[in-house]
This record gives sequence, structure tokens and C-alpha cells, in this order.
Amino acid sequence: MARSPAANGADRSREAIIRVRELEVGFGERLILKKLDLDVYRGEILGFVGPSGQGKSVLTRAILGLNPKRGGSIEVFGEDLDGMSGESRKSVERRWGVLFQQGALFSALTVRQNVQVPMREYLKLSERLLDELAMLKIEMVGLKPDAADKLPSELSGGMIKRASLARALALDPEILFLDEPTSGLDPIGAGEFDELIATLQRTLGLTVFMVTHDLDSLYTVCDRIAALGDGRIIAEGPIDEMLASEDPWVRSYFHGKRARAVAGGIEG
Amino acid sequence: MPRDTTGLRHDTSASAPRAELDGADQELRARLSGAWTVEHASAVEQEIDALVAAAGDSGRALIDLSRIERLDTLGAWVLDRTRHEFGQKGLPADFVGAKPEHHILLNEVAYRGFQPATEKKRTGLVDVLADIGGAVVSAGQDFARGISTLGEIIAALVRVILVPSRFRLPALTNQLEQIAFRGVPIIVLISFLVGCIVAQQGIFQLQRFGAQTFVVNLVGILILRELGVLLTSIMVAGRSGSAFTAEIGSMKMREEIDALRVMGLDPIEVLIVPRVLALVIGLPMLAFLAAIAALVGGGLVAWIYGDIPPDVFLARLKATITFNTFMVGLIKAPFMALVIGVIASIEGVAVKGSAESLGQHVTSSVVKSIFMVIVLDGFFAIFFAAINY
Repeated sequence: MARSPAANGADRSREAIIRVRELEVGFGERLILKKLDLDVYRGEILGFVGPSGQGKSVLTRAILGLNPKRGGSIEVFGEDLDGMSGESRKSVERRWGVLFQQGALFSALTVRQNVQVPMREYLKLSERLLDELAMLKIEMVGLKPDAADKLPSELSGGMIKRASLARALALDPEILFLDEPTSGLDPIGAGEFDELIATLQRTLGLTVFMVTHDLDSLYTVCDRIAALGDGRIIAEGPIDEMLASEDPWVRSYFHGKRARAVAGGIEG
Repeated sequence: MPRDTTGLRHDTSASAPRAELDGADQELRARLSGAWTVEHASAVEQEIDALVAAAGDSGRALIDLSRIERLDTLGAWVLDRTRHEFGQKGLPADFVGAKPEHHILLNEVAYRGFQPATEKKRTGLVDVLADIGGAVVSAGQDFARGISTLGEIIAALVRVILVPSRFRLPALTNQLEQIAFRGVPIIVLISFLVGCIVAQQGIFQLQRFGAQTFVVNLVGILILRELGVLLTSIMVAGRSGSAFTAEIGSMKMREEIDALRVMGLDPIEVLIVPRVLALVIGLPMLAFLAAIAALVGGGLVAWIYGDIPPDVFLARLKATITFNTFMVGLIKAPFMALVIGVIASIEGVAVKGSAESLGQHVTSSVVKSIFMVIVLDGFFAIFFAAINY
């Protein structure tokens, strides 16, 4: 899955599908994000890293409109989310899919019903096509068909992530937000999940915004990486640029013991 | 790796999906155009249904995709399904003119049959009988579980009494605050109002016989023996029993109870004993306050509507109420508390993984507690009558 950085991250002429400018988000006295700028380009997989508690999830939630912001602007599909009417806001929302860290499946519904929730809400389809599409998504994310009629409480951690991904993909979104998609998965399962994301991105032309701590994911599937520190982006670029970064946190992250093991394993 | 995805993705200018049929009798040609995506989902279904209906059932078909502007998994699925259906009715079909990116997508979603959702068959009468049987069995199980949980709670209490260092005083005082102290305003207010209403109705009815002073007997006995403790128990079941079930239930959902167990802590001792103990201590205190508030309400109404001044009210009250009238109400309170605590903890522990299950168990905790409190009150009435207390 190695990619040449020149073809991806270094090319700044491409269309930014998400454009965050001078974003400020805070709770009470504390300012979490301080004038943060970030671009996510169409068709790329962006890995987003940073120390715990520095606001990676806060940024994701701010883009999704779940956390209020104090200043700055967020543009998605070239439109400012602030000046939007309810209707156009809705049409933006159906063009993105979100995989929450804990899955956030509706616990009272089966996996199939979970996947069908957004379809029923937005599309007028026959029951037959609804069932077929739900099963298609469930198989696409690598779940067995018998998982479709199970409740979330009957699924393992990895299956919950996959089911939640199937629901995120229900409306063929253009942007996929993943919050630590491989945390809590075994290394083989995590590898398969990475592979799955890459395949989906290739076939469906998705743009993927992935918050992750998984060095394997960063090395294997991410086109570009952005590192958050002290409320702003301290480094961004393909993995080679990150490895060359002078920032102490980025250095220790990508040159630590674990990182060297991953890098050695992939290059060797 | 193809990174250019312009042909795949949405842009709002694309037109609605269309399928046109032409061609000679032996070779059918379906020309598709427009956007075959989720935005046009119902149009996609209509066009395809019309296409399948219009096609004959012999010869061969070509499905021309060259003029399709956009395609996503929904469109690709429907197209590949249609190709399959043509084949099934004896009309072998092929795609022609697919763009490379559409080709990838068509391969990815390749048609396959899915097992339809398995639905349980329901047969009227048998199901009704099975439901009734199930309800009886589960009521029996509830009773048995109630007794065994009560036993476990008492055993844990005894352990705590034998080793007082294991007693959790902070937990108990915290629960007492939640259950008793914070419950005072609403319980006092409701009891006061009920006292007023009972006295008012009593005065209106007794006036006809010129016996309105007997309203003091009515109010005093009714409130002290029954209403004070019953109202309090129902309020506590609704207020604290539900909270108790929801707390234990959500702890169960998040494996917090398992976490306690693997640390060698007994969940009954840590979670349930302090709560049940707080109920047993708090409910009599609340019942006492409720009875006083109701008497004050009754006295006030008797003064306003019945011209019975407070000193007369108090004197008559003293004459009619004996110490055991007061005790009858108070003796019942700890038992009511125990019933509420046991039911709430059983329901809390029975919560399964879903939010729906939590809701069901909180509801049934409150409903069962209120029902059992009233049944228990009936048994006490029979018992006290039998022993002439």
C-alpha cells in the first residue's frame, strides 16, 4: 500500500473538501483549539494524531457540529457550515458518514435495522431493496450475513466497529469520519480494517478523516498525516515529512521504540 | 492507484437517471443515462422496474452504461441485479461501455442472493396461550428471585454487622440524603394536599348528619394508619426505586458490576446494602413527616370549611388517636422500604445490553414496587384487624 508522497500530499492544488480556518473551541476557561487551520483534500485518507486530551475528538466533533465553536470557520464541500439553512445543512449531513469510537450503534435495533436507519430516513425505497442494500453494506465491511439479525449487545468489539462502519456507509457518503477505528481490535483485525478502509476509499472514492493512534494505520493507509499539539496543527504531510519533522512530540511519536518496530517491519 | 474520482462522486448538476429501450426483437439495447445514485434512489428503482417490465424474454440484451454520469453502490447494485434478473428470465444480458471506475464498482458489489430476514411465525391462539404461560412462569421466577435476593441482602447485612469495618457509612449517608432528605419537599407537599382533600370531602359528607366534628376521627385514623405510609411508599418507589434500578442497570451495562466482582468486592454489599438500608431508615422518617403534613392540611381545612378551631381539632385528635394508631402506620414503613429495595435491585441486575432493556426494567421496577406496596398494605390491614391492634 505504499504511495508516493509526490502524487498525494505534496500536491496542494487539489480541491479541499474540508477547510478549517482559525478554529477556536473551548470549554469554560480552557481553550482547547487555538486558531487551528486544516485542509482535507478530496479523495485522500488523512490520519490525525496527537497526544491524548489535546482535542483530536473535539476537532472532529466541531466539524460535525456536535461541539460549538468560539471562532473561525469550517467549510465542507465548499460551503460554510455557519451560514447554512436547516435544509442545506441536512443535505451536507447525508453526504458524510461517522464511525464513533464506541460504535454508537442503536442498542435496541439489530445490525440490519441500524444500517437501514439513515436509508429509511432519507430514501424512498422498496423493502426489498432496503434489505438488499443493508446486506450489501454488511458484507462489504466483512461481517457474516448471520450478524445482520443480531443486536449490538451480542457483537464483539471488532464486529461493532464493522457494523458501525456499515451504518456510516449506508448513504454512500463522500466523507468518512473515523474516530480511532482500530483501537480495541487485535493486530490482525486492525490490519484487515485498514485494508477495508483503503479498499472502500479506492472503489467508492471516499475522503477519509481518521483520528488514530495506530502507527500501522498511519504507515499503511494514510496518504497524509496531521499532528495536533497545543491547540493547533504542529506538523502535516506524508509519513516521510513527519519522520523528518523537528517537533519534539512528533519526533518521539514517530521515532519511539514502537514506531521503529513498525517502520522496520514495513520497510524490511 | 486511481486517485481521480470525478466520475464516481456527486456533483449536484447531474441529471436524473433514465433508461431507454430500443433495438430489434432479438437484440435489446438498454441505454442508461444520468446519475444512478442514492440522491435519485426512488427514480432508480422506478426506471429499472419499468425496464424489466418492458423487456421481452428471449434473445439477448445489452445494457449500455456509457452515458451514465455518476454511479454509487446503490446504482451499481440495482444494475447488476437487473442483469442477473434478465439472465433468469432467459435474456442473457451484458454491460457495455462501462467507464473503468464504474467497472470497479460493479465488480465490488457483484449481485448475490441474500437470505431474507428470518421472521418468527406467529399463530394467534397458540401465541396467546404461550404468552400467558410465559407470564405465569416469569411471575413465579420473580417471586423466587425476590426471596433469594432478600436472603442475599440479609446475609450481606449480617456480614456487615459482624465486621463493622466493612460498613460503608459515606455510601449510606449519601443515599439517605438522596432518598430521604431530598424527597422531603415533594412528599410533604403531596401529603399536605391529600390531607386537605380528605378533610374537605369528610366535612361535606358528615355535615348532612350534623356530625362534622367526626372529621377529626376520619382524618386522624385514615392518615396515620394508611394514607401517610402508602403515599410515601408510592412516592419513594417512583422517585428512588426507579433511580436505584437505573443506576444498577447502567452499571451492569458498562460492566462496572463485573469490575467490582473481580476486585473481590461484593456488589450486593457495596451497592445494594447501603441503598436498601437507606430506604429502610429513610422511609419511616418520610412517612412520619408525611403524616404530620397531612394532619396539618386536614386541620387547616377543618378550620376553614368546618369551623373547627385548631385547639378543638387537637383536643379531639388526642382523644381519638392512641399510640397504636400511630404505630400501625410506622411499623409498615420498613417493610415497604424492603419491598421497594428488593424489587429495584432485582430489576437493576436484570438489565441487558440495550437502552430499551434499561427502560423496560425501570418501568417494571416502579410498577411492581407500587403494586407490591399496596398488596402488602392489604395484608397488614388484615393482620392488624385479626390481632385487634
